[in-house]
Amino acid sequence: MARTQPQIDTSPKVSDQVRKTTCYMCACRCGIDVHLKAGKVAYIEGNRDHPINKGVLCAKGSAGILQHNAPSRLRAPLRRTGPRGSGEFEEISWDEALKTAVSWLKPIRETAPEKLAFFTGRDQSQSFTSFWAQQFGTPNYAAHGGFCSVNMATAGIYTMGGAFWEFGAADWDHTKLFMLFGVAEDHDSNPIKMGLGRLKERGAKVIGVNPIRTGYNAIADEWVGITPGTDGLFILALVHELLKAGQIDLDYLSRYTNAPVLLNSDAKSPDFGLFLRDEDGTPLVIDRNTGKPAAFDQPGIRPDLAGRHRHAGVTHRPVMHLIAERYLDPSYSPDAVETRCGIPAARIRRIAAELAQTAFGEPVILDRPWTDFRGEHHAQMIGRPVSFHAMRGVSAHSNGFQTARALHVLQILLGSVETPGGFRFKPPYPKPATAHPKPHCKTTANAPLDGPHLGFVQGPEDLALKEDGTPARIDKAFTWENPMSSHGLMHMVISNAHAGDPYRIDTLFLYMANMAWNSSMNTRGVMEMLTDTQEDGTYKIPHILYSDAYSSEMVAYADLILPDTTYLERHDCISLLDRPISEPDAAADAIRWPVVEPDRDVRGFQSVLCDLGHRLALPGFTNADGTATYADYADYIINHMRKPGIGPLVGFRMGDTGLKNGRGEPNAAQIDSYIANGGFFTMHVPEEASYFKPWNTAYQDWAVSMGFYDKPEPYLFQLYVEPLRKFQLAALGHGDRQPPDHLRGRIQLTFDPLPIWYPPLSDGHEDPVEFPVHALTQRPMAMYHSWGSQNAWLRQIHGHNPLYLPTKLMVRHRLKDGDWVRVTSSHGEITVPCAHMAALNENTVWTWNAIGKRKGAWALDKDAPEATKGFLLNHLIHELLPPKGDGLRWANSDPITGQAAWFDLRVKIEKSVAPDESQPVTSPQASPVPAAPKSLRWKVGL
Amino acid sequence: MNPAPSIIAFTTFSGLGFGLLFWLGMDPTPPRGWVAFVFFFIGFALALGGLAASAQHLGRPERALKAFSQWRSSWLSREACCAVAALVTMGLYAAGLVFADVKIPPLGWLGAALSLGTVFTTSMIYTQLKTVPRWHNRLTPLLFLSLSLAGGALLSGRVTLSLALILIVGALQVVWWRIGDKALQASGTTLGTATGLGDGGRVRAFEPPHTGTNYLLREMVYVVARRHARKLRGIALILMMVLPILLLLAPFHHITALLALLSHVTGVLTARWLFFAEAEHVVGLYYGKR
Amino acid sequence: MTDLPKSTTRKLGLVIDLDTCVGCHACVISCKGWNTENDGAPLSDQDPYGADPSGTFLNRVHSYEVQPDTGPAQLVHFPKSCLHCENAPCVTVCPTGASYKRVEDGIVLVNEKDCIGCGLCAWACPYGARELDAAAGVMKKCTLCVDRIYNENLPEEDRTPACVRTCPSNARHFGDFSDPESHVSQLVRDRGGMDLMPEQGTLPVNKYLPPRPKDDWADSSVLAPFLTPVADEPRGFLGWLDKALDKI
Ligand SMILES: Nc1nc2c(c(=O)[nH]1)N[C@H]1C(S)=C(S)[C@@H](COP(=O)(O)OP(=O)(O)OC[C@H]3O[C@@H](n4cnc5c(=O)[nH]c(N)nc54)[C@H](O)[C@@H]3O)O[C@H]1N2
Ligand SMILES: Nc1nc2c(c(=O)[nH]1)N[C@H]1C(S)=C(S)[C@@H](COP(=O)(O)OP(=O)(O)OC[C@H]3O[C@@H](n4cnc5c(=O)[nH]c(N)nc54)[C@H](O)[C@@H]3O)O[C@H]1N2
Ligand code: SF4
Ligand code: SF4
Ligand code: SF4
Ligand code: SF4
Ligand code: SF4
Ligand SMILES: [Mo]
Repeated sequence: MARTQPQIDTSPKVSDQVRKTTCYMCACRCGIDVHLKAGKVAYIEGNRDHPINKGVLCAKGSAGILQHNAPSRLRAPLRRTGPRGSGEFEEISWDEALKTAVSWLKPIRETAPEKLAFFTGRDQSQSFTSFWAQQFGTPNYAAHGGFCSVNMATAGIYTMGGAFWEFGAADWDHTKLFMLFGVAEDHDSNPIKMGLGRLKERGAKVIGVNPIRTGYNAIADEWVGITPGTDGLFILALVHELLKAGQIDLDYLSRYTNAPVLLNSDAKSPDFGLFLRDEDGTPLVIDRNTGKPAAFDQPGIRPDLAGRHRHAGVTHRPVMHLIAERYLDPSYSPDAVETRCGIPAARIRRIAAELAQTAFGEPVILDRPWTDFRGEHHAQMIGRPVSFHAMRGVSAHSNGFQTARALHVLQILLGSVETPGGFRFKPPYPKPATAHPKPHCKTTANAPLDGPHLGFVQGPEDLALKEDGTPARIDKAFTWENPMSSHGLMHMVISNAHAGDPYRIDTLFLYMANMAWNSSMNTRGVMEMLTDTQEDGTYKIPHILYSDAYSSEMVAYADLILPDTTYLERHDCISLLDRPISEPDAAADAIRWPVVEPDRDVRGFQSVLCDLGHRLALPGFTNADGTATYADYADYIINHMRKPGIGPLVGFRMGDTGLKNGRGEPNAAQIDSYIANGGFFTMHVPEEASYFKPWNTAYQDWAVSMGFYDKPEPYLFQLYVEPLRKFQLAALGHGDRQPPDHLRGRIQLTFDPLPIWYPPLSDGHEDPVEFPVHALTQRPMAMYHSWGSQNAWLRQIHGHNPLYLPTKLMVRHRLKDGDWVRVTSSHGEITVPCAHMAALNENTVWTWNAIGKRKGAWALDKDAPEATKGFLLNHLIHELLPPKGDGLRWANSDPITGQAAWFDLRVKIEKSVAPDESQPVTSPQASPVPAAPKSLRWKVGL
Repeated sequence: MNPAPSIIAFTTFSGLGFGLLFWLGMDPTPPRGWVAFVFFFIGFALALGGLAASAQHLGRPERALKAFSQWRSSWLSREACCAVAALVTMGLYAAGLVFADVKIPPLGWLGAALSLGTVFTTSMIYTQLKTVPRWHNRLTPLLFLSLSLAGGALLSGRVTLSLALILIVGALQVVWWRIGDKALQASGTTLGTATGLGDGGRVRAFEPPHTGTNYLLREMVYVVARRHARKLRGIALILMMVLPILLLLAPFHHITALLALLSHVTGVLTARWLFFAEAEHVVGLYYGKR
Repeated sequence: MTDLPKSTTRKLGLVIDLDTCVGCHACVISCKGWNTENDGAPLSDQDPYGADPSGTFLNRVHSYEVQPDTGPAQLVHFPKSCLHCENAPCVTVCPTGASYKRVEDGIVLVNEKDCIGCGLCAWACPYGARELDAAAGVMKKCTLCVDRIYNENLPEEDRTPACVRTCPSNARHFGDFSDPESHVSQLVRDRGGMDLMPEQGTLPVNKYLPPRPKDDWADSSVLAPFLTPVADEPRGFLGWLDKALDKI
């Protein structure tokens, strides 16, 4: 019998239409092609032309279709009818909702604008939301950065004018050795995966430094299973070895860093440790040509790393001297740190040698001439092909700022930042701390704030303190407790507001942050604070206004809900004024636009803010004649101007002779042009500007033409960070603004202008013998925080989260997979299922982040595994450290930036009998949305 | 493998039914008239009932007819064809005996052969599966055939024959279990070969692809506790072999014969449950289960 | 159409690079999305928001720990879909002919219209590559995106399986193994591509590239010169610095 095969149609029609917009399933912001059939979203794939993802898409992005259609979507504005936390609501009209909001906000603005605290989560429109808050006049605005990775961001910006995070990336095409510290997923999610893929293709070596070997670390060629919180020691031991062997890039250090900058070296001088500057305030170096001091940016000079200089009776030495003295000390040797880090000294040496060999034995040389800021012409670009990347594993510790600094110093000593094969910035970065605004906090009734809320302090004079020295902000950002808290401290807002410390507020206005659950430390405590009442029965935090798109845990705690659309139903702007989607070779921004219209009574939150701004008659949102300045957010995106010629989007602006990019006037068709261009816009960095950006004239000129700065601003990398020294000097009693006495010691110790390591602060509060085990969380690649669980496809992958224990602990406690363990910290206790993992630091346990759910949330069944077997580690973490007997409760944060120290957590483990479900159990919340379907056959076309 | 009641019932009862039909077809002095009707009715009811039960297991039972098409390569298709051929042949033969009082021996022999053939093809569905080493064994068809013959003999009241056959069944069953217990290991398939990672060291399943369950786990990964299985094996042997033999050796009585039959069938059902429940599909290795 | 073709004109399949796969599940979801919306019955989900969610997936990513004799344990992410075996047992067991292997490219498919959902092919597959859809009652499996790879409604560069197109770390490669010069054949040659369960005799077309050796702390003697101290103390270091600077 002859074989006959069925005839099949191998060319079926794929969709009616493709609309290109930007993914929002995480903050990476990849470009997506949304396929529509009969006007409905049918399939989502990556946009091949997009600078971020070049066609690829992660699991979350592909599952966007079920996020967009999740049964948990809110359907209309909600007014609370039951007690806070119950989840009982009634649906109301938008008009009523907005009138209610105005009735709370208007009186505040007219009397004491600071009584509004407006905090946003992983907001992708911060330049807009902060503008709104500024026009309102409250100093109390920030986004989630303070508990996320502000250590990384500030350490990077103060040191080199940009950070890892999403400010830069490894030179994937040239790197030969890539070291990854403490990253499970990162904001730069697809680009890192693509980068790793490229390294693998070329056979470049990857070293993963992480207590846990999953994901990126699993494919690393070498795994360094470091003890949590000790990366600083490890990195400085590498620095020690490299310095000792002279394996540092002296040319680079002398030209582009402050290694040659002269420091006051007289211990008795009030300026001890500050730079020697000329009359213009420019730091001075010794010019090897003349042997004389010269401003660092003088054309033709050759800064000296070795010399000394006496000036006005005071000896000045280059920063390099201090570096050598500090790190050549045997206390930084591999032998001195091996036990603490859990890495044998011989291995530390070998890694140091590999770094040296790759950086200096195998340089990358590109024949690309360029000219530096001193006017010197270079025929080639010479680079050190070692690159690094780090994220929250470094930054979410109370020593994270200094550890991130240590890593940057290592990179810079190797000459591998902004050189071929090293780490490169993404425009508009690099941008030194001094080019950023400083924090503003001066409030006036009925008037805008005196300037942007957040910024980079240069010394005590820039702190956000009131006349009487008390904190001006509700989160106590920019105070002596955490002076360099450039992203604010969202994790302190609720507890401070509850305590009325530093003052009481009236309305807490939150936007896309699940603060009543996974976003908070001490989840149970936060739930109690949100529901706590005063003697008269009213809530301690009188009003809570919240915008969410879904039925999250936080929704249950708000009084009024402004339901947002999904990401496929609204305009958004991913702006260069904010955190753009640039890549090292191109500046890029993007939009979202309503590829489908909402089928519910919901509105894009930014448009609602425009409306609220007008109803409150905020300047910036109201014209002189009282009419609204912006009809909606799309109108704002097109027409708003920050500075002349500078608006939210850089592409397709209006010039004198027609369309132009960068600076330009508004163009009514701008959004249409973006849509036609695939939802984004890219401007390529000219070839001669592609490396050495902080010092490269071609780059500086290009950046000015793009509107990143008003004039070229070349600068030096700050191995030595002078503002830190200024705080140290204040702690030593210098200057008029003085820290409270109880903080002096800590500031002197931790604000070292050269990187140091100190043990995580909680080690001094929690007994490491009683709590010997480190407990961590990691982001699952297929889940985004709490939102993923409402997605029917994703929750099948991560429906619950065991606590993973290393072999040693499994054996010691006679455990097998599926047994339950009681995990206790100095703050709380949870009882959860466990599982074995061998590729794990032997003193560390961990779990996936934010899988655990409150019953009734997210339109999930009450018996969903997320609620019965899943759990949050957050119950064990407190925003304050346990009392130490000094009468104070110290914050569980980095003392410099206020970054929440999630990963300092220490616990003890015991075997437990299996409870019915994970403990503690939180009472169910009522669901404001209809019940979810019992089965799915998701197909929109036939 | 998932011990689905429909499949256990199907294989057990159709085996029994076809066993009975075999003996009826081979009988030199077959019953006639209403006695024949009763015997054939029981045989057909069991065989058809079993087939109906197996159709239950299908995702699209309304398309069951399509299953007859691939007899050249598929044992399942062959089974379907064979079963229908056996039933039709035996039907004709039976009609002769019941309604016309005619006996056409060649038809009986052919029917008997086809009945046994059906049992054989059924057994081959399992035997052919390399993926289930416990089944992938030459003794599996013998076991199925002997069970069918013994059950059929018992049903048709052939006391001595059934005594002998039940003894053979018991012995085969014990040997089959012993071989089966080592079969996965003997197959050479391990998590190491399944992942190709075996040369690098000891391989252990870490995270499954989904925290929840799926079709594969439901269908192919069924874990019975060892201790539990051993006890059930004992029970199966006693019910299937020991008790029927004792009952048959006792003075003949319809009640004891019926009890012997019931005991045997319960024993076979137990053994058949174990046949599935104990069978490890190699896909279980991927999930860290064996 | 239950016989296997004696040979196929082309041998299309995937190479999966275990050295590069980060276990992100992107391929799993893009496969689910594409195959739910396109050819054949949608991949359904049962109890999707409930206590025991489960659904049909054609591609799943496992992870394994490998403990070598020396050195730390390693973790390997392990995606698995149909391997389009040359000697596909799932095809020959099928009673209806619904399962078949295409003669032109070797893709193993299920003709859903003929499938009675007996499940035997899934039993016959050693790899767990077939799943019976609980809602449609028919067998689902990886189609190698046969409705993409030849699809003239897609731009040429997109005529590749959904999972390959989406994989962020480039751990999945699609191509023709019958052509020794194809990208996939080369990868298999260069990186020692391997079969899963070769002893099952299925002759899988898809190949897996093994993880490269890890944690292999090579002889560090070549590196030793890179750590020769320039001086024993900071002062000496500064002297070295002075001299070294003169050379720049
Ligand atoms: N898929 C997905 N992507 C996301 C998110 C998500 O929820 N899901 N969230 C986004 C957000 S908001 C953020 S902030 C980023 C965060 O992205 P990541 O920085 O990757 O954050 P985590 O997942 O917390 O991973 C922290 C890693 O640090 C390791 N670690 C912990 N302590 C130490 C230590 O002391 N030393 C070292 N070397 N390592 C340590 C942990 O083992 C873990 O691997 O991810 C973003 N991207
Ligand atoms: N234990 C532990 N806890 C952690 C961390 C950790 O590593 N370990 N990481 C911390 C970090 S870095 C972060 S960033 C936080 C993240 O925590 P959150 O910022 O709370 O993140 P999500 O859980 O994603 O919640 C954001 C809220 O936004 C809502 N939302 C989603 N889409 C939209 C939309 O389009 N519009 C509106 N208006 N709302 C929307 C969601 O429904 C959800 O309620 O978690 C922190 N918590
Ligand atoms: S990484 Fe994934 S979820 Fe995040 S934006 Fe990109 S595709 Fe979307
Ligand atoms: S992997 Fe399984 S389903 Fe695919 S061809 Fe091979 S045996 Fe058949
Ligand atoms: S389930 Fe469908 S494809 Fe599989 S063997 Fe049965 S009829 Fe054939
Ligand atoms: S080739 Fe297509 S059907 Fe097969 S696993 Fe990949 S996406 Fe799924
Ligand atoms: S998409 Fe690629 S990296 Fe991610 S799990 Fe699949 S094969 Fe691995
Ligand atoms: Mo974050």
